[in-house]
Amino acid sequence: MTALPEFFNEMSNADGAPREPYRGYARWFDREDIKRLKKKAAEAEAFFRRTGITFNVYGQQEATERLIPFDIVPRIISASEWAKLERGIEQRVRAINAFLHDIYHRQEILRAGRIPVELIANNDAFLPEMIGVTPPGGVYTHIVGIDLVRTGPDSFFVLEDNARTPSGVSYMLENRETMLHMFPELFARNRVRDVSKYPRDLANSLAAAAPDKCTERPVICVLTPGIFNSAYFEHSFLADQMGVELVEGHDLRVIDGRIAMRTTRGYKPVDVMYRRVDDDFLDPLVFNPKSMLGVPGIMDVYRSGGITIANAPGTGIADDKAIYSYMPDIVEFYTGEKPLLPNVETWRCSEPDALSYVLEHLDELVVKEVHGSGGYGMLVGPAASRREIADFRKKLQAKPGNYIAQPTLALSTAPILTSKGLAPRHLDLRPFVLVSSEKITITPGGLTRVALKKGSLVVNSSQGGGTKDTWVLGD
Amino acid sequence: MLGKTAGGLFWMFRYLERSEYVARLVEAGLRLSLTRPHAAGDEWASVVDTAGVRAAYLEKNEAFDPAGVVDFLLREKDSASSVLSCITAARTNARMVRTALTREVWEATNECWMAVSAALQRKVGERELPDVLNVIRQQSAQVRGALHGTMLRNDIYDFARIGTFIERADNTARILDVKYYVLLPSAMPVGSTFDNVQWDNILRSVSAHRSFRHVHSGETNAAAIADFLILDRRMPRSLAFCYGKINDNLSYLQNDYGERHACHAIAEDTFSELRSLNTTSIFERGLHEYIAEFITRNNALGLRIEADYRFIE
Repeated sequence: MTALPEFFNEMSNADGAPREPYRGYARWFDREDIKRLKKKAAEAEAFFRRTGITFNVYGQQEATERLIPFDIVPRIISASEWAKLERGIEQRVRAINAFLHDIYHRQEILRAGRIPVELIANNDAFLPEMIGVTPPGGVYTHIVGIDLVRTGPDSFFVLEDNARTPSGVSYMLENRETMLHMFPELFARNRVRDVSKYPRDLANSLAAAAPDKCTERPVICVLTPGIFNSAYFEHSFLADQMGVELVEGHDLRVIDGRIAMRTTRGYKPVDVMYRRVDDDFLDPLVFNPKSMLGVPGIMDVYRSGGITIANAPGTGIADDKAIYSYMPDIVEFYTGEKPLLPNVETWRCSEPDALSYVLEHLDELVVKEVHGSGGYGMLVGPAASRREIADFRKKLQAKPGNYIAQPTLALSTAPILTSKGLAPRHLDLRPFVLVSSEKITITPGGLTRVALKKGSLVVNSSQGGGTKDTWVLGD
Repeated sequence: MLGKTAGGLFWMFRYLERSEYVARLVEAGLRLSLTRPHAAGDEWASVVDTAGVRAAYLEKNEAFDPAGVVDFLLREKDSASSVLSCITAARTNARMVRTALTREVWEATNECWMAVSAALQRKVGERELPDVLNVIRQQSAQVRGALHGTMLRNDIYDFARIGTFIERADNTARILDVKYYVLLPSAMPVGSTFDNVQWDNILRSVSAHRSFRHVHSGETNAAAIADFLILDRRMPRSLAFCYGKINDNLSYLQNDYGERHACHAIAEDTFSELRSLNTTSIFERGLHEYIAEFITRNNALGLRIEADYRFIE
C-alpha cells in the first residue's frame, strides 16, 4: 500500500485546537458527557426508524429497508468558505445549462472543437429526441447536486455533477430536524443558517418553470418509480412537503395533448412534473419499450409544450463521467471565466497515453466506470488487494473507453462519534441547487456523506457510508 | 385526490381492521380452549372457518391443533389474512399514501408494524400469547387514535372510514355465517351450557361480551344476540352500525364532490333494508341465507366503490 499523506481535518488544527468554524461547537462538546451523547445517538436512530426514513437495498431476495447511519457531530462550514463555494457552484450550474442548450441546438462547442464530437454522438445519455427542444425559460436542470471534496483549507474540488435526479435532499432536511430536536442549545448559540425553506423554494422553482400555455396556478406532481425504489422515502417526503401529488406512471395518461392524473373525480391535467424516474423509463413509446414506470406519449406532450419535465430529459449528457473531464473547458467556453471550483485531475482511459499511465499506476489511482454511480464497479487502488487490481486490469484493458481514472485524493476528515469518542473519518459534501429562469438558489447546507469505516474513502450509503448534519454559519 | 391514493387508504384501513378481527378470533378461541378444553378441537376448526382460510390452512396443516391454528392466523406469510400479513399490507399501503396521512398516523402505523413484526418474529408460545395479542390490540388502537385525533375530516378520512366499515361488516357477517346454527331458535334448548359457551364466544369475537350484558341486562338468548350483531345501531360492530357509517361517509363524498354514483344507491338500499328488518323477519327468511346474501352484497359494494372512485384504471 502506498503511504497516504496527512489528511486535512475539518475540526482541528495540527496542534489540536479547533478550527475557527468549529470553535463554538468544540466548547460545547468539551463540556458534554460522552454517555449522554451516545444515548442521543441511539435515540436519533430510533427516531429515523420510527419515521421510516429508510432506503431500500437492491440485490437481495426480499427488499429490505435500511437506515442510513446518522452521525450526531455536525460538519461545519464557515461563512467565508461557503461564499466561495456558492460562487463556484453558481458558475458551474450556469455553464451546465448553457452547455445543454447548446448541445441540443447549434452545438457551437463541438464546432469550436473544444470537446470531441464522438463524446456526444456515441453517448447514450445524449437524447436525439431533445434536439431543437427548448424547455420553458431555457432551464434544463431545475435541480442539481454538486459533489465536492476537500483536501486542504482552501482546496475544494468538484468530484461529480449530478444533473439528472440528484437525491439526498430529504436527508439534509431530516438530519437538521433531528439535530434541532436533540440539541436545541447548539442552535441557540451557533448561528447556523436555515435549510428548511428548501421545499418551498423547490415548489416555487418548479412553478416558475410551468409551460407558457399555463396561465393559472400550475399543478405540480412528483413522479416516483414506486414504493420499492431506493429513494421512495425522499419522493414521498418532497411531495408531502410541497403539498403536491405523488404519482406513478400508471396514475397518468395523455388526454387532449396534456398529461393528466387519475383522481377520484376523473382526470386532472398536470403542468409540471418533478420526475424521479430515469430518462430511459420516461416514455415507452420513445425510450425503453418495456418500461412500466413512465407514461406512453409523454415526450410528444413535452415537445409540444404541454408539460414541463424537471429535470429535462437528456440532461445526463452534462454529468456523464466522460464529459466531466471536459468541464473546465465547458465552464470557460460558456462563461468566459476560469472555473472557480477546479475539477479533480482525470485520465480518460479511452486515450492511449492516459490508458498506459493508468495501467502502470493502478495501485495509486481510483478508477471509475464512465456510466456508473453509487460507488459500484469502482477500484480504489491503494485499498485494493493485488488480486482485485489484477482482475480490474483485465476489465480495463477489455473496454478502456468505459473508464476514467483519478488520483486517490487526500479527502478531508471530520470527527464522528464512535464508542471510543471522536474519531476522524473521510467525507464529502453535496450542496443542492435550484435553477429557475430568474435565479439560482443554493441552499446553505447540503448532504455530508461520511465513510464510517476507518481509513475508507467510499462515502456512498450503498457502501456503508453515513450522513451528518451540515452547518453553514452566518456572518 | 389520486384514485390510487383513495384505494390505498381504503385498503390500509381494511387490512388494519382485519388484523384486529383475526387477533380477536384467536383470543376468543384461546379463551374457549382454556375454559372448555374438551370442546376445543372443533372450536379451532371453526375459528379457521371464521377467518375464511380453511383451504389455505389445510394445505399447510393436517389437524386443527391450537398451536398450528394460532401460528397460522398470527404469522403465516402465505396467507393474506394472517395478522402479520395484514399489518404488513396496511403499512405498505400507508407508505404508498403517505402524503395523504398526517405524520402521527404514518408513525403510528409504522410503529405498529415494527412492534407487531417484532412480536411475531418467532412462533408465539402459549405463555406469551396474551401479551402478543395485547401488543396487536394496543398498536392498532394507536393508529385509530391518531386517525381520529389528527386527520382533517375530508375525502381522505372518508375513504379510510369506508374501508374500515366495509371490512368490519364483512367480519361480523362471517362470524354469523359460521356460527349461525347456534343462534337458531330451535337448535338447542335455551340456557344449555353449550349455548352459553358458544354465545359467549361469538360475543367475545366481536369484543362485545360485556356491552351485550349492559344492553340486555342478564337476559341472554339467540334472538337477542342476532339482534345485537345485526341490527343494533349502538353496537359498533353490528351490520347496521357499519352501514350507517358507510352511508354517512359516502354521502359526505357525494356532497363534497357533487357527484352521485352507483355505490350510493347500493349502500342506501342495504342500509334501509337493515332498518326495516327485525329478528323475526330475519329468522323467517332464514338467518343463513340472509347473511350469505349480505356478504355478497357487501363485497359488491366494495368493488363498486373501487370503480366509482377510480382506485384503479
